[in-house]
Amino acid sequence: MATVTFDKATRVYPGTERPAVDALDLHIEDGEFLVLVGPSGCGKSTSLRMLAGLEDVNQGRIMIGDRDVTDVQPKDRDIAMVFQNYALYPHMTVADNMGFALKIAGTPKADIRQRVEEAAKILDLSEYLDRKPKALSGGQRQRVAMGRAIVRQPQVFLMDEPLSNLDAKLRVQTRTQIASLQRRLGVTTVYVTHDQTEALTMGDRIAVLKDGLLQQVGTPRDMYDTPANVFVAGFIGSPAMNLGTFKVNGGVAEVGPARIPISRAAVAGMIPEDDGKIVLGFRPESLDVVSQADASAFPVEVNIVEELGSDAFVYGTLKGDLAGADVHSGAGDDQLIVRVDPRNVPAKGERIYVAIRPGEEHVFGAGSGKRLES
Amino acid sequence: MAQSLQITASSPDPDLLDLPWEIPLEQWPDERLAALPRGISRHVVRFVRMRSGVIAIKEIGESVAYREYELLRQLGRIDVPSVEPVGVITGRQDVNGERLEAVLITKHLQFSLPYRALFSHALRPETATRLIDALAVLLVRLHLVGFYWGDVSLSNTLFRRDAETFAAYLVDAETGDLHQKLSPGQRNYDVDLARTNIIGELMDLAAGELLDDMVDTIAIGDALVERYNELWTALTDEESFDVGERWRVAARIDRLNSLGFDVGELEITTDLGGTSVRIQPKVVDAGHHSRRLLHLTGLDAQENQARRMLNDLDEYRAALDRQNEDQEFVAHDWLTEVFEPTVRSVPRELRGKLEPAQMFHEILDHRWYISQQQQRDVPMLEATASYVENVLRHRPDEQAILGLPPGSKQEGL
Repeated sequence: MATVTFDKATRVYPGTERPAVDALDLHIEDGEFLVLVGPSGCGKSTSLRMLAGLEDVNQGRIMIGDRDVTDVQPKDRDIAMVFQNYALYPHMTVADNMGFALKIAGTPKADIRQRVEEAAKILDLSEYLDRKPKALSGGQRQRVAMGRAIVRQPQVFLMDEPLSNLDAKLRVQTRTQIASLQRRLGVTTVYVTHDQTEALTMGDRIAVLKDGLLQQVGTPRDMYDTPANVFVAGFIGSPAMNLGTFKVNGGVAEVGPARIPISRAAVAGMIPEDDGKIVLGFRPESLDVVSQADASAFPVEVNIVEELGSDAFVYGTLKGDLAGADVHSGAGDDQLIVRVDPRNVPAKGERIYVAIRPGEEHVFGAGSGKRLES
Repeated sequence: MAQSLQITASSPDPDLLDLPWEIPLEQWPDERLAALPRGISRHVVRFVRMRSGVIAIKEIGESVAYREYELLRQLGRIDVPSVEPVGVITGRQDVNGERLEAVLITKHLQFSLPYRALFSHALRPETATRLIDALAVLLVRLHLVGFYWGDVSLSNTLFRRDAETFAAYLVDAETGDLHQKLSPGQRNYDVDLARTNIIGELMDLAAGELLDDMVDTIAIGDALVERYNELWTALTDEESFDVGERWRVAARIDRLNSLGFDVGELEITTDLGGTSVRIQPKVVDAGHHSRRLLHLTGLDAQENQARRMLNDLDEYRAALDRQNEDQEFVAHDWLTEVFEPTVRSVPRELRGKLEPAQMFHEILDHRWYISQQQQRDVPMLEATASYVENVLRHRPDEQAILGLPPGSKQEGL
């Protein structure tokens, strides 16, 4: 087991100017489950492949434990790409399916059997070891595939969108299994996904990338509560955070008719590039429906109500004098999402007044996009 | 049921709409299916006979399906031997309105043989070597164009006979990626994975008692690595030698030709003193003979078959003393007077057994054999009749080998 360190690791593809991964600095603790997440083209898979030895590192270096592996061949890095190949062999027993790579490597028979039995115990497959894969359920077959990686006892597990070719049901099931299994094994794991829900539910820590640059790294709670910039704020959370650009005058942001006080520290943190404006972020669940009289209330016209039983969400348009305001959310431009009491939902076309719960607003510089601490 | 299927295809076959998309592929009625042997796949794959030929249907996640479809199209455009994608169908629902997985459709490669059919019938050591050679050539070609496969295996490859050897085709590009140029890490990883997968697949055949006990599975896997490295070096190495040793240039070209590659361009540089020369083959491609045959006759054949037919054409030209005539005219006469009558003289019901080019190649072989035996020049038609009786009749049908009884559902793991 080992730590993993990206030390200003850079990958530039031939013929391109902008690095696919730009001076990535990331330290992953021993036994940690780290998720690399971001939209397509952000550099997450490239980063993983650099660690696997499948992409050259043009600058910087990569360490596994104390060992610099930057120029080490993939097979000598002591890592395992899990789920690379999970087609099971029909004529072989489950035990042989799990242990065949060790047999190829010349591991003694007794050793193989011992490692396979240990892995099977963790995977709840002990009673199936002498059966053929045909006798297994879909989920059990997935576990045999994980077993193949486990018996190799690598220092680091790598997983590149392993759930992307599973159907929705098996995906949720396997997600939980991988996460709990990783915790039991305690093997350092780097996991790549484009799906922020997957990232939030699985990772000990999450690293968000965009355009080859690391945006923020932290626990799921950090990412959700204190996003470092506008991109992370909009990317993490479902439904996504509402974000709008507003002018700040005398310490208050003018959101339609509402006057929302902005902390002195945040205002002080603004730079000329921000042009006196902030991006105000507020999650759908940070809004309360209030009366029009409330000084911090702003009107939202209801376009549609989504009822999910335990929750209900209003998709609406911000009303009032909004010159210069640029509002968007997970629902699109000029749209806001508001979580409302599912037992008391407004009608379509109705105008409701909402206010941000004090302390739950996120303030970013309009020019820099960076979080302004309050 | 209200389904709104989305079909993405470059030239959609309207018959696709008649297939039972509202049923999970695993439960498709047997009468719809073509009983072709299936490889080991992590997905459900079925073959269906259509008017335009047999198609392979694979159930797979939507985004992955689109990605693989695009990749296969790109590979086709750059002439990499791979299966031809037909399209992607999404928006499937069953009768209860439950969402069903998207499918990727590819054309079944006619006359192709999965490794299970080739390896499990009393495998001769030469056959194993040829299959491994074919896979090594395919892998080198893929790597030369910058394709990282990510899951090289015998299951993800189909083989077609090419004279005495085989030509390998990529079937599954799901884990693949096209890069501008592959790093040594990517190539080594692909080769290492190929070795592990091949040995695993052969171990599986052995476990099912489908492979002779004498076969050394690990040695076959190692042979792939060795053969791959040899080919890669021959194609990409820079060579440096004395100016006096120019014959080395010709030798290098010969070596590449014998491996089935053409040298489009050589980079030759001489050092300042003019005492040594460095060469590196630049554009490399396979298929010179098959392109020439196609150009001359319109016949689409594999490289070695084409070489054999071109030799026969050259002999025909010499025998009739027509060397000074336009090649195209002579080729046309050869086609109508030699090739077509030969193939037509094979009884119709036996023609489906082999691809015409392979059959013609085997007839030439057979003619040589009986001519030797009988110490006379056996005419083509007589040789064909003898070939049909003594060889072809006893061959399995390769157009679509019926490896499994209809309706058998095994192997689709």
